[in-house]
Formats: sequence, structure tokens, C-alpha cells
Amino acid sequence: MRHLIDPADFTLEETLSLMDLADRIHDDPAAYKDVAARKRLATLFYEPSTRTRLSFEAAMLNLGGQVLGFPDAGVSSASKGETVADTIRVISCVADIAAMRHPKEGAPLRASRYSRIPVINAGDGGHSHPTQTLLDMMTIRQRKGHLDHLTIGFCGDLKFGRTVHSLIKSLSRLPGMKFVLISPEELRVPDYIISEILEPNNIPYVETRSMEEALPDLDVLYMTRVQRERFFNEEDYIRLKNSYVLTKEKLALAPADMPVLHPLPRVNEITLDVDDDPRAAYFDQVQNGVYMRMALIMTLLGLKDPKTGEVAFNVEG
Amino acid sequence: MLKVDEIQNGVVIDHITAGTGLALYHMMELEKLTNASVALLQNVRSQKDGKKDIIKIEGDVSGLNFDILAYVDPKISITFIKNGHVTEKKHPEQPKRLVNVIKCTNPRCITSIEEGCDHIFALTPSGRYRCIYCEQEFRVKP
Repeated sequence: MRHLIDPADFTLEETLSLMDLADRIHDDPAAYKDVAARKRLATLFYEPSTRTRLSFEAAMLNLGGQVLGFPDAGVSSASKGETVADTIRVISCVADIAAMRHPKEGAPLRASRYSRIPVINAGDGGHSHPTQTLLDMMTIRQRKGHLDHLTIGFCGDLKFGRTVHSLIKSLSRLPGMKFVLISPEELRVPDYIISEILEPNNIPYVETRSMEEALPDLDVLYMTRVQRERFFNEEDYIRLKNSYVLTKEKLALAPADMPVLHPLPRVNEITLDVDDDPRAAYFDQVQNGVYMRMALIMTLLGLKDPKTGEVAFNVEG
Repeated sequence: MLKVDEIQNGVVIDHITAGTGLALYHMMELEKLTNASVALLQNVRSQKDGKKDIIKIEGDVSGLNFDILAYVDPKISITFIKNGHVTEKKHPEQPKRLVNVIKCTNPRCITSIEEGCDHIFALTPSGRYRCIYCEQEFRVKP
């Protein structure tokens, strides 16, 4: 049995196989409508995240499976003080696979150590959000035709933005990558990303404060939201939230084939007039998220792709 | 420069990251030593690091737990001295995994609320320890 707690839990080869499966689902979703019949997904959401939960639930329903669970901690046994370890042991008796969102970092890892069913980390605090990473990679590959030898700009809150950390970690496994880290000084990428990921792997990176200077040289731009809930101090949030806004005028500086990604929800960091630009890829990401989660559920449950007769990769042993 | 006499019988804990000597003093519970003299030197000039802290202990050190030094600062060197001669000099060995030895202090970590959850740290390639749950690095606060 395998879990997905961190994007690095899957090898690069496994990740690429999963993306291939997600692409096949993207091309012909109807072929997968009964793949997970009579299987149950438990969505254990200890903090509300409507978009991620609905994406998981849609993925399972698209596969012909069923969903059960809770949308926030207030309606679960957590409100009575039940531990994550106990909750997952109970859920293991009533579902075949679980997706867990939790405000505390490491909660899905804790659950996986006690679980008898595969656990998917659907986001744990500011730490990790591996399915977002997978759908980001799928979208980049879809738009660019390949994942390697790309210059990727990350812009906005690079300190608290967990999607950025996970994506940098995952993309660092590919050859020829270069990262441009665009943020205010206060929201720089954490030192460990540089000292433990970029530098040991000799991956070139540039830190800059200027989005305009970086844009012409990028193959991909990944925007992030300055999140209120990651700040201890309201004043810091208000001072920084408008720091990096992508407008149609700024986008004119970028290459014509540079997709703009964003994990959503956006507040105002991408103006609405950018939405009509063909480079806007953020709504593709949402759609790809459903396909990627379908591929993930299938694979962790050991269900074969009806198109190929094979699993994306083996999860036994 | 401040001078502290050479030790005849005891131990010198050297190359402590400047500013963390006092925290280390408390972690090793040196204040409880009754049969030893302890000197804590802070911000000593160091060719290698610019500045460092040093702890010198003269007397009976048999009850001390030196293992903890490996978790907090792998650069530290420990020199044992007997009758004015160095008998042993070593760097503390770093275990790959620590279970309930040090605690994760990240308030956002699951260990902060989950009953019965072990505090587990794993050694990283850079010689630091990270909580396996939240990946926060363990650091001694000055």
C-alpha cells in the first residue's frame, strides 16, 4: 500500500506515469466512468477547503465511486478531542481511500502511520499540498510539451506559499531547470529551499524583487496569493498583499507562450483582464486537478487503466 | 583577552555556535553539577567561525549526557582531560533518527496537539535535524 503525503513520495518515473494517466483521462473521461465502482473515498477535511474537497469528490464520482466524510472539524469527532490516529483507524473500516486536509502540519503523515487504507494529503497547514503539485506539473507539461529545461518564475509569497516549495522540490528532479524567485524581501523563499534543494543539486536560481525585469526571460510564471492566514500580524499582511500584481500591461513584457499558473483562489494579484489572455492557465489547472486526482485515486487503489489494461505504477509491496 | 585556567581533570566543549552556549548549559543541566566548576565563555574569537562559545568543566563529569550535543550542534568538539593531558577528543556522533529526545516547537505541527504523538526528528544531508511531520529544523535558541 502506498500513500501520497509529500510530492517526493513518488519517484520521478512514477510521477510521470501518473501524469500520463491523467492526460489519457483528460482526453477521454467517459472511458473511466466505472473504474472505481463500489469503492469509497473518505474526504476528511479538518479545515474548510471547498475547492479541493469538491475536486476530490468530483474525481471519485467521475470514476463511478462513492464519497463520504466531513467538510470541517466542527462536524467530526475531532471536536470531541479524537486524535488523528484514532480517526483514521475508524475511517479505515468504512472507506477504501482517504483524502485529508488538516490545519496542523504533518497530520496526514501521522494518519498514514496508522491507516489500513491509502491516505492522500489534501493540504496540511503551510507545509505541503502534493496533489496541487501534481496538477501544476501536469498543466506545465500540457502547455509547454515538456517539463525539463524550463525557466520557471515564482512570484509573490514564496515564504509561506507551500505550493511553491513543493513545486520547486519536485521540478528540481528534472534536468535543465532554472528558477527565478520574485518576492518582497519579507516573503523570500525559506533558506532551506536554497541550501538543501537548489544548491546541492547545482540548480541555477535568481532572487529578484522586480516582476517586470524577470518576465521577458521566463518560460512559465507561477503566481501566488499573499495569504492572510499565514501572517501573525495584520499590519504586515496589509502592507505586503498588493506587492506583486500581474496586469495585462505587465504581461505584455512576457513571451507569447509563457503560461501563467496560480493555485487559486486569487485575490487581486492577477487582474481580471488577464483572464482572456491565452497564456492564462489557472482555470486549466482546476480542470486538470480533477483528472490528476482521478489518476491518483485509481493508482493508489491499484485499479487498472481500461485503455491500457495496466496500472500507472505498482503500489503493492 | 579573557583567560580561563587550563583544566587538569574534566572536559572542554569547544566550537559551540556563538550565542547558544547558555542554552546548551541549561540543556545539559550543568547548573545541577555539585562537584565541578563550570566556565561558560561567550563570543570567543575563532579563526574558523569568527566567534564561538566554549564551556569548560573542571571536576567529575561522569554523570553528564554528552549525546545531546550531537543533536544541537554537530560542529561541537569535546575534549576529555585527565591529569592535564588530553585523553580523548571527539565530535559527537549524529544518530539518523531521534525519537522523543528533542521536541518540535512549531505551533503549527501536529505534534503540538496530537496525544501520544512521538516527537521524531530525522537527520538531513546538511547535518541538521528536521521534524518528520512539519519538517521544521531543530535549532537551539540563543
